[in-house]
Amino acid sequence: MATTVTGDLRTQAAHAHAEPTGLWSWITTVDHKRIGILYGASAFMFFLIGGLEALLLRIQLGRPDNTFLSPDAYNQLFTMHGTTMIFLAVMPLSAMFFNFFIPLLIGARDVAFPRLNAFSYWVFILGGLFLNASFLFHAAPNAGWFGYANLTSTQYSPGLNIDFWMIGLQILGIASLAAAVNFFVTVLNLRAPGMKLMRMPMFVWMSFITQALLLLAFPVITVALILLMFDRFFGTHFYVPSAGGDPILWQHLFWIFGHPEVYILILPAFGIVSEVLPVFSRKPLFGYAAMVFSGAFIAFLGFGVWSHHMFSTGMGPIADTVFSLSTMLIAIPTGVKIFNWIGTIWGGSIQLKTPMYFALGFIAMFIMGGLSGVMHASPPADLQQTDTYFIVAHFHYVLFGGSIFALTSGAYYWWPKMFGRMLDEKIGKIHFWLMLIGFNLTFFPMHFAGLLGMPRRVYTYSAETGLTWLNQLETVGALVLFLAIAAFLYNILKAWAGPRNAPADPWNGATLEWAIPSPPQPFNFAEIPVVHSRDPLWELKRERGGPLPEPARVSGAGIHMPNPSFWPALTACGVAAMLIGVMLLPKLGPWGIIAGGALLLFGVFNWAFEPA
Amino acid sequence: MDAQVAATPGTTPLDHDHDHPGPAVYVKIGIILFILTALEVAVYEVGYNHADAGFGAVLHPVVVPVLLLLSACKFALVAMFYMHLKSDSRLFSGVFVFPLVIAAVIICALVALFFYLHSLHY
Amino acid sequence: MADTAHAAHVGAHLETHSETSTGLDSRKLAIWTFIGSECLFFASLIGTYLVYRGRSLVGPFPHEEWVSPAGVHFEPILEIKLVTVGTALLLFSSLFVVLALNGAQRGRRGQLLTWLGMTILCGMFFIGMQVYEFTHFVHKGLTIKTNLFGASFFTLTGFHGTHVTIGVIWLITVFILALRRKLPPEKALNLEIAALYWHFVDVVWVVIFPVVYLMK
Repeated sequence: MATTVTGDLRTQAAHAHAEPTGLWSWITTVDHKRIGILYGASAFMFFLIGGLEALLLRIQLGRPDNTFLSPDAYNQLFTMHGTTMIFLAVMPLSAMFFNFFIPLLIGARDVAFPRLNAFSYWVFILGGLFLNASFLFHAAPNAGWFGYANLTSTQYSPGLNIDFWMIGLQILGIASLAAAVNFFVTVLNLRAPGMKLMRMPMFVWMSFITQALLLLAFPVITVALILLMFDRFFGTHFYVPSAGGDPILWQHLFWIFGHPEVYILILPAFGIVSEVLPVFSRKPLFGYAAMVFSGAFIAFLGFGVWSHHMFSTGMGPIADTVFSLSTMLIAIPTGVKIFNWIGTIWGGSIQLKTPMYFALGFIAMFIMGGLSGVMHASPPADLQQTDTYFIVAHFHYVLFGGSIFALTSGAYYWWPKMFGRMLDEKIGKIHFWLMLIGFNLTFFPMHFAGLLGMPRRVYTYSAETGLTWLNQLETVGALVLFLAIAAFLYNILKAWAGPRNAPADPWNGATLEWAIPSPPQPFNFAEIPVVHSRDPLWELKRERGGPLPEPARVSGAGIHMPNPSFWPALTACGVAAMLIGVMLLPKLGPWGIIAGGALLLFGVFNWAFEPA
Repeated sequence: MDAQVAATPGTTPLDHDHDHPGPAVYVKIGIILFILTALEVAVYEVGYNHADAGFGAVLHPVVVPVLLLLSACKFALVAMFYMHLKSDSRLFSGVFVFPLVIAAVIICALVALFFYLHSLHY
Repeated sequence: MADTAHAAHVGAHLETHSETSTGLDSRKLAIWTFIGSECLFFASLIGTYLVYRGRSLVGPFPHEEWVSPAGVHFEPILEIKLVTVGTALLLFSSLFVVLALNGAQRGRRGQLLTWLGMTILCGMFFIGMQVYEFTHFVHKGLTIKTNLFGASFFTLTGFHGTHVTIGVIWLITVFILALRRKLPPEKALNLEIAALYWHFVDVVWVVIFPVVYLMK
C-alpha cells in the first residue's frame, strides 16, 4: 500500500549519504541492502537453531532404545527442525540474496517499494520469534512441518503446540507475500536501461520465477491454515471425519502449496549457481534461454504434481498415473539445467575458489537428490519408500545438498560485496570438505536405513532391527556437519576482525554489482548503468582490454533516496498482534485482535500519508 | 515490453487513460451485466422450480453449465471493461489471467479428485 | 540517457509513475500482482466449498428441506431474492466506481464525488445485506459449527465480506481525499488502484453467486 512520493528533490539534495548507525537506524531502514543483511543475520541465527535441533535428534538416534529425548520432545524437535529450516532458514536466506542483489544485478537504486520491503522483514522476524517462543511454553509444534490433519485437531493436540505453529506460519506467509509482490514488480519495473528481460542475470530470472511461485502458492496454505484455525478455535469440522469432514483435504491444500514451496526453496539456489559457475569458469552461462525456460517450466509443472506426496492415501489408478507422469516430466527441465551447468564449466578456464567448490558440490549432490526423487515418482516404489528414511535422505539431498550448498556458495561469492571483507579461502575449503563429508555421512546411509524399513518421525528404534550402525554413521556425520558450520562461523569472525579491504571486483565478475564499491554505497550506482549484453561487465572489460579501475566512493549529493520510516515496523507489529490475538481469544476475548487491528490500521494510514 | 520511457520530472506521466472507454460504454456494460444477472436468476427459477414441463424440462439438465457460462461472461466483461484489461497493457492481463487459469485448474482437479474418491468410498 | 541528472532523478521516483522499464506504474502493477495472488486465495475457498457440497451429515441444507432426528422441520436456508439484490448492488457499485474514476481522470469533481459516494453506499448496503443474511441463518439454526455447509459457506462468504469491508474503508479514505481536493487528475491513480481492488472483489462475487446460491 505505497503512496505517492511527495518528498521533493530540493530539500533532499542537501543530504549527503553518510551511513547512519545505531539500533534506530536499523529499525527504520528502508535500504534494501540493510534489510538484506537483517534477513541474512536472522536467517543464519534460525539456521543455527534448526541445526542444533537436528543435532539433538541425531544424538537421540545415535543409540538404539535411547532415552536422551522423550517421544514428545522428539516430536517437537523434528517439527521445529523442519519448519525452521524451510520457513526461517532457507527461504529467508534466499530473501537475503533477493534483497541485497536483485536491485544491484538489475542496476537499480532500491526495490520498487522500499517501505513494504522493511515491512516484510519485520513481519518475518516477528513470525520467526513467535514460532520459537513456543519452546518457552514447552509447547513447540509437534505434528511435523506438514501438520497433517487430524493430528492437528483439538482432539489429538489439545495444547498450544499447533496454535503456535499455525499462527506462526500465517504471520510468515504475510511476510512472504508482501515481499513477493515487491520483488515481482521490482524485477519488471526497475531494470536499468537496456536490461531486457532476456539480458537479466540468471539469478534474477530464477528469483523472479520464485516470486511468482510465492504469489500463487502461499494463498493456498493461508486458506488451509484458516480452515485449521476455524476447526481449532471456532468449532468447525473441515478436517473432522465424524462430521463428514475430510482430513485428506488438508493434504491436498497443503501440498498444492507444499510442492511449489520446494521449488521456492531450490530455484534461488539454481540462480546462485548459475551466477557462480560462469564467473569461475570464465565462460558465459551455457544455454541461457534454455535455462530461463526450463526454470519457468519447472515452476509451472510444480503446480501439477502435488498429489505425488499423497500416493499412499489411495487416490486410485487414474490420479496416481497423472501425478506420477507429471512428476517424472519435471526431470526433463531439471536435467536440461544440470547439463547446461556442466556445459558451462566444460572447456572453461576453471578457477577453484571456495564459491566454485560449493557450486560444484551442489551439482553433484543435487543430481543424487534428483535421481532418488524420480524413484519415488513411481507410485509402487513410493509406497515402499514413503514415510521412511529414504524420503528423508532424498529431500536432504535436494534441500541441503542443493539449497544449502548453493546458498553457501552464494555467501562466499557475494560476501566481499556485502561486507567489504574477503572470507578466507583456506578455511573456506576446509568448510567445504567438512560439509561435503559430513553431509554424505549423515544422509547417504539414510537411503539404506529407509529401504530397510526404518520409519521417519519415530523417536527411537530397537537393536534387533540391525539399524544401529547406519544410525551411528549418521550421527557421526551430523557431528562433522557441526564442525563444518563451526569452520564457517570462524571464517566469518576472522573476516569481521580483519580489514575492510575487499576490492570491488575480486572474482572478475560479469554482472553489474561488481562495478560498484564493496560494500556498495546507499544509492548503489552513482550513475544508473546502461546495459548492452548479458554479461555487461565482461563486455566492458573486453572493450577496455583489462580490469576496470577501482570505483571511487562518491558523495552522492543530489541523489534522492527514500527516507527511513518507522511505520513499516509498527504495522508489522500490528499484523503479528492481530494474529496472535486470535490465539489469545480464550484469554482476552476479541480485544487482542481489535488492538492488533487498530495498530495495523494506525500504521497503514501513517505509512500511506507519510512523505516518503 | 521494454519500452524505454524518457519522461522528465514534472510532465504528465505516460498512461493509457486516453484509451479507456467513456461513461457511455460503462453504462452499456452495466446494463448487460444486469441483464445477465437477471438471466442467471431466471435460469435458476425455470431450470429448477419449473423443471417438470416445457422449457424448464429442457433447461434442467444444463443449468449448471449455463450458469457457469453466464458467470464467466460477467467476469470477462468486468475484467475487460471496468478493470480496463482490454485497453491497458497486456502485462496486466498476464499477471491476472495466468493465476486465474491455475486457480481454475486447481478447483477442477480438487473436485475431480474428491468426486473420484467419493465414488470409491460409497 | 545515463547523464548524472537523469540518474539522480531515478531514485526520486522509486515509488512513482514516470520511469519504469515497462512504462507501467509500479503501484498499478503491484495491485494487479496482488489480485493475481488473491485468485488462488479464493480458488482454495471455493474449491473447499465445492468439495464439501452435499457432504453435510446434518441440516439445515442450502436447497433442500430437512427434518432433524428430533422431528424439527428446516426450510431450505438460502434466500435467493435477498442475495440477488446484494449481487445487483455490488455489480452497480463496479459501474459507479468506474464512473467516479472517469470523473477523477477528467477533473470533474462532481462526477467523482457523486459516483464514489454511490459506490461506498452500495458497498455498505452489501455488507448490511450480508450481516442480515448471516444473523438470519443463525436464527434459522445454521451456524459455522452446524455442518460442513455452514462451515464452508460462512468461511467463503465471510472472507469475501471482509474483502468488501476493506474495500469500503479504502474507498472512504479516497473519498475523503477527494473531498479535501487532494485527488487531482494526475493523482487519479490513487482511485484507480482502489477501484481495481473493488472490481476484483466484485468479480469474486460474480463467481460465488452462481456457485453457492444458484447451483443445486
